[in-house]
Amino acid sequence: MFGKTNFLNMNSLIKSKLKSLVGETNYFDSYEDRLVYSYDGTPTLHQMPEAVLFPEDEEQISQILKLANEEKFAVVPRGAGTGLSGGSVPVENSVVVVMTKWDKILEVDDKNLTVTVQPGVITGILQKEVEKIGLFYPPDPGSLNVCTIGGNVANNAGGLRGLKYGVTKNYVLGVEMILPNGDLLKTGGKNMKDVAGYNLRDFIVGSEGTLGIITKILLKIIPKPSETITILAYFDKLTDSAQAVSDIIAAHITPSMMEFLDNTTINCVEDYAKIGLPRNSEAILLLEVDGKGSAVTEDAEIIKNILQKNRASTIRTANTESESLKLKTARRTAFSALARKKPTTILEDATVPRSELPVMIEKITNASKQYDVMIGNFGHAGDGNLHPTALTDERDKKEIDKAHRAFDYIFNEAIKLGGTITGEHGTGLSKKHFLEKLAGIPGVEMMKKIKSVIDENNILNPGKIFTISPKCEGSLPTRREQIKDL
Amino acid sequence: MKSVNHSTELLKILPHDDILQQCMHCGLCLATCPTYDLTKMERSSPRGRIYMIKSVARGEMELSDNFAEEMNFCLDCQACETACPAGVKYGRMVETARVVIEESIYKGKFSVKLKRFLLRNVVASRNSLKFVSNILKLYQKSGLQVFVRKIRLLKLFSTKLYEIEKLTPVISDKFSDKNIKEIEKPEGEIKFKTAFHFGCLMNTMFADINQDTIDVLKSIGCQIITPKEQVCCGSLMGHNGDMEFALKLAKKNIDVFLKHDYDFLISNSAGCGAFMKDYAHLLEDDPVYSEKAKIFSSKVKDVMEFLSIEKLKLKLKLKLELKPEPDQITYHDACHLAHAQKITSQPREVIKNIPGIKYTELEEASWCCGSAGIYNVVRYDDAIKQLERKMNNIKKTGAKIVLTGNPGCMGQIKFGIEKFCSEENLQVMHPVTLIKQLINK
Repeated sequence: MFGKTNFLNMNSLIKSKLKSLVGETNYFDSYEDRLVYSYDGTPTLHQMPEAVLFPEDEEQISQILKLANEEKFAVVPRGAGTGLSGGSVPVENSVVVVMTKWDKILEVDDKNLTVTVQPGVITGILQKEVEKIGLFYPPDPGSLNVCTIGGNVANNAGGLRGLKYGVTKNYVLGVEMILPNGDLLKTGGKNMKDVAGYNLRDFIVGSEGTLGIITKILLKIIPKPSETITILAYFDKLTDSAQAVSDIIAAHITPSMMEFLDNTTINCVEDYAKIGLPRNSEAILLLEVDGKGSAVTEDAEIIKNILQKNRASTIRTANTESESLKLKTARRTAFSALARKKPTTILEDATVPRSELPVMIEKITNASKQYDVMIGNFGHAGDGNLHPTALTDERDKKEIDKAHRAFDYIFNEAIKLGGTITGEHGTGLSKKHFLEKLAGIPGVEMMKKIKSVIDENNILNPGKIFTISPKCEGSLPTRREQIKDL
Repeated sequence: MKSVNHSTELLKILPHDDILQQCMHCGLCLATCPTYDLTKMERSSPRGRIYMIKSVARGEMELSDNFAEEMNFCLDCQACETACPAGVKYGRMVETARVVIEESIYKGKFSVKLKRFLLRNVVASRNSLKFVSNILKLYQKSGLQVFVRKIRLLKLFSTKLYEIEKLTPVISDKFSDKNIKEIEKPEGEIKFKTAFHFGCLMNTMFADINQDTIDVLKSIGCQIITPKEQVCCGSLMGHNGDMEFALKLAKKNIDVFLKHDYDFLISNSAGCGAFMKDYAHLLEDDPVYSEKAKIFSSKVKDVMEFLSIEKLKLKLKLKLELKPEPDQITYHDACHLAHAQKITSQPREVIKNIPGIKYTELEEASWCCGSAGIYNVVRYDDAIKQLERKMNNIKKTGAKIVLTGNPGCMGQIKFGIEKFCSEENLQVMHPVTLIKQLINK
């Protein structure tokens, strides 16, 4: 009774087994519930799952995966669904396993400086919690008030502070997860050094939910820097801002943040946040230096000099913590704010070695002109991680096609410059076509082999990162296009 | 379930498809949604609801009980609109969905008919509301209320009814449309020409606040016109699926007020102010009223928004009272002030300027208290969870006075004080009341 596309692949026997596994209150398969788990934060991608499950403990997850192996259906793990590469978008004949209710901070160990959390803990809440006792968890993806630590680990999330403090992988000490066969894997621990066997922990970080469902995470935390200075610089020329970034790095200064916004982005963010950003500037840089004592002010002075030398028209220093927070918060809304211009915003995160940043920014401007696509550009300039965002409308097929061609160009140029196709969002569905170009055939083959060994029946988040062709099931491809992305 | 083509119906009411398309499902709204916070389920999130509305509008999904449940579970607090960098008009969408739900699947349902009847014929009609209020007053003054509460009479019927009865506000002794003259003039020269909308609840249940508002405005040189023929702003009907009737009221108010000469139309009730500011959008396609509505809405100001323009002058009018132990004060943002009207800094500026008070910021100040129009009556259990959270945050401030600019929030927090912190010496007050008390005579 719930709508047109109520055709279900999964037979009701499997569904009733799943229902009894997790309990009636944790099982959902109404049209509405399947619909609202058919997407994540990625534009244009959606697919309805067959059911949505909220398992309560490790045993239930293990049973779900065992059943998936027996009955050959796919399992897609999911946190808050803010991912930007389609990592948690369901696939055909799949169930979604939602981890948002696993939201307990289990232990804060201030002797070892570690924190143990369940995967559904929201990143921003974890940060606030440890900051209460003078500690600091630096990774800060744009969606930090919404996204979960589990998703951060699965995607090796980055953020504004990556330049100085690194990304999620630099803080993961241990992981517990249920493997596709239902076994519980525990790896890592509170030891600062540990070289026993293969480094499974780092291998799991960034595996995008294809190797297991994370159930517990041990994270490193560090003392909170006592001093912070936030600087905002306006530029009349895009290239000047890029050169300033390169010069700051070359001066051996490591700001904790060095963010870049172009004119389109400035205007969209200003429309939303109304904090007095310069609407006519071609670019702005938002920088932050932190640490202890006078070193911070010294670094800030050197940075200001470099900014001036590169013709920054205005250099502002945030006077209060709340002003600095406002600026950073505004920057974090950049991606969504761009939707004010056009309804579909396709965001990518091409990343290049930092010295190539000025070239890459120019290439992105070229792409916009050459393919006639409106592109807003912003990103973590300090680590060469840009977020060129095509502003289009998914209802217009031609527009979308142009955007895709512009991105093909951008990715190719990034790879030519020694860059990568994704700095922090993951490969997922949206970038897997480019993976081979970047990692090479042997690289992708190795990934596939590892996946096949750990997940024999390819039931866990299949089709993400790469496609494993079915061995001898179903019809063989008959046209060239069908085997293109195998 | 009826098989009407809801999709076209829904699209007809929404101005255009773009309003649906603008949500790019990034999920940044999730953290601010009080209902998502309760369930941790996507269907109870703004993003999930928009996706469902979109599917109904495009004819991919039919109206269903699940759909209706989620639309009504929503508090319409619009915290998500504040959080949305893309500027999605969520409130408009959910209110439209409610209209469609009421128009189609639940049209014949008794509870919907009753709600509509009460809102149209009691709340919106001043005389009926006064009549009902007088009965309530009798109930409260005669000692019957004390008796009913004491013997827990209503508990015999249901525990919930027993609790909801406690939400009935205390009726004012005199209604303000009787007390306030049609033209009130300041003692000295006229510095501002203002008009005043006295609201339905404010008129009957919080008449003192209306009087305080008039007195404070007069003290800084306002002439205040309060037309007697003014009507309910229509917000409760508009937010609850009866936009047709709400627009009738809107037009009546426009006609009544625009006859007079004023620069600011003052409202002291966040819900009314927000809705009257929205007349311009709601009537933008009306051939007769679109221009008039624009003029009308542009003049609407919340009383605290207006006072912040003149906060220094106001300060001079106040007693410089330096108590040894100043009153601890905190401020709760009414959703329809903070999220619908985007007014958060102005009331704080005015309050912090009051001599002799100690202000503590409330944690999660703009998180809905659960009042949400008539939500706390129709969805008591859900509302009480939000209220408990609010009261816990209030307790943490150590404040003795909670200020807030909306009658709904005031009633709800008052109920919260009785239910969750009766042992503490805590009171809830409209900011203008506090200012009035401090004005030098």
